[in-house]
Amino acid sequence: MTLKAKILLLIAGLALAACTNPDRFGADGTAGGLGGAGGAVVPGSANDPTSPAYFNQTIGDRVLFAVDQSVISDEGRVVLDGQATWLLTNTDFTAIIEGHADEQGTREYNVALGARRANAVREYLVSKGVAGNRLRTVSYGKERPIEICSNEACYAKNRRAVTVLAGGLTG
Amino acid sequence: MRLLGMLLSTALAIGALTAGPVQAQGEGPLRIEITEGVIEPLPFALPVFQAETGDAGGLAAQISQVVSADLSGTGLFREIPATAFISTVSNFADPVQYADWKAINAQALITGAVSVQGGQLVVKFRLYDVFSGAEMGDGLQFTGTAEGWRRMAHKVADAVYSRITGEGGYFDSRVVYVSETGGKDARQKRLAIMDYDGANVQFLTDSSAIVLAPRFSPGGDRVLYTSYETGFPRIYVLDVGSVQRRVLESQEGTMSFAPRFAPNGQTIVFSLSQGGNTDIWAMNIAGGGATRLTSAPSIETAPSFSPDGSQIVFESDRSGSQQLYIMPAGGGEAQRISFGPGRYGTPVWSPRGDLIAFTKQNGGRFHIGVMRTDGSEERLLTASFLDEGPTWAPNGRVIMFTRETQGEGGRSSLYSVDISGRNLRPVRTPEGGSDPSWSPLLK
Repeated sequence: MTLKAKILLLIAGLALAACTNPDRFGADGTAGGLGGAGGAVVPGSANDPTSPAYFNQTIGDRVLFAVDQSVISDEGRVVLDGQATWLLTNTDFTAIIEGHADEQGTREYNVALGARRANAVREYLVSKGVAGNRLRTVSYGKERPIEICSNEACYAKNRRAVTVLAGGLTG
Repeated sequence: MRLLGMLLSTALAIGALTAGPVQAQGEGPLRIEITEGVIEPLPFALPVFQAETGDAGGLAAQISQVVSADLSGTGLFREIPATAFISTVSNFADPVQYADWKAINAQALITGAVSVQGGQLVVKFRLYDVFSGAEMGDGLQFTGTAEGWRRMAHKVADAVYSRITGEGGYFDSRVVYVSETGGKDARQKRLAIMDYDGANVQFLTDSSAIVLAPRFSPGGDRVLYTSYETGFPRIYVLDVGSVQRRVLESQEGTMSFAPRFAPNGQTIVFSLSQGGNTDIWAMNIAGGGATRLTSAPSIETAPSFSPDGSQIVFESDRSGSQQLYIMPAGGGEAQRISFGPGRYGTPVWSPRGDLIAFTKQNGGRFHIGVMRTDGSEERLLTASFLDEGPTWAPNGRVIMFTRETQGEGGRSSLYSVDISGRNLRPVRTPEGGSDPSWSPLLK
């Protein structure tokens, strides 16, 4: 997906989320615009605004960071705004925010750096109204890269914080 | 394996193993001054140890081989092949024909004998200074079980090494490390322990959760490490003998990692991340709450005690990049000690107290280096795509560390290097390896 397409989708997602559609499966046609010609949205798919798949793929479950940094970029804010809106709408979900680093760094430092990144995301989501007790953080340091080449193209994708939806809130 | 330690006893031989007459010949005593930087390894001859009982032949050969490998592995010694020998040693008690060993330029001669009696293994050895024509020190005898033959070989090699270099030995020691399989994006990690030379590997955990950076207790009987068993990094202590582990107490919603023992074996220091901020804390391993030693918004991690327990060296990015600092063991004002180009992490205080080993990152390369405790005399010992996490041999002369290779097929393995920067060697492990921690010399 190109960046432009992703942002367009994000905007669409935000608009949808803003509808606070009471129908959890979005089958009233509002979401149909995204779903395609038939107007049908497959429940649980990335077109279903209440689904984790929508959160993960349409909004985007992750933000990326510059080398050694934990500052949320402008692009990251757009993603996190979408995540916050989704979480405010889908209040049954909690999330664990995973902080990660690229391989260029010592192990302990990278765990600490990942903690900073995860916390930066958590603080942003809390600032947008998501209850703090729904968001936990964990750092994997450089232990869980998703890209394995040893150059910046891969490193950039590994320097990430991923918001992983975790089950429902109980009580 | 811990049983072996208890069964293995060391005894100074008496009577039959007393030293022969000293016949100094004016060429100076056999000695390697390590600090002077040895270029030419000292040639030694080690005829296969005598089997004094009928069934000891196999063990005698194996023990001889391990002693030779220990000595040669230091880079300070060179074994003369047996094919060059003029003399044979047919009886451990016979006088040595110095001229025959001198003729092949063997500066040291090591003879030994092995016997097995009712499951008990006895290993004796003598060390000769060939050019002085004299025995160096008294003969020694080690007694233990046949299973413990490797340890006895290491003890012989330690004694030879110590006598010739004047330094403490390090061969009779173990290393706990993280054993790794799988590619970078599917890596499985589990704790393993082995002899310093890679023999006798035993796995201590399974690979169901990420484990990081095991650290030996000062007595070598326990290991601290970080595990993601609960889904979050927490510190565990594992008893090496029983392989029983327990998680240390921690605060809800925090992450704890980078633990290390104080010399007293009771206090530990570690990093705790809370609200994105990582600081150094201390606690008693028995529990009872943790004390915060640093409180800065920066990252403070990788603490390591001085051998006297009075100070802690650690890394912090409070200046804007990772650098090394020293503070009192109870916390308080820290002095920065690293000032060169690049960034510095994972400091580890030498068991002698004189040096601090570290990982340095500069210009896209990683190095293992050492500096004095005031930051002076920095020396880089290695350079590669990714070297990190030094650990000291018990005598403070050798460092083991992790080296990871570049790219999609990148793999971690263990290496060792002398603190002079010479003798860089891979340490053989059955799988990949990282995060080694060297035990003290075994008792």
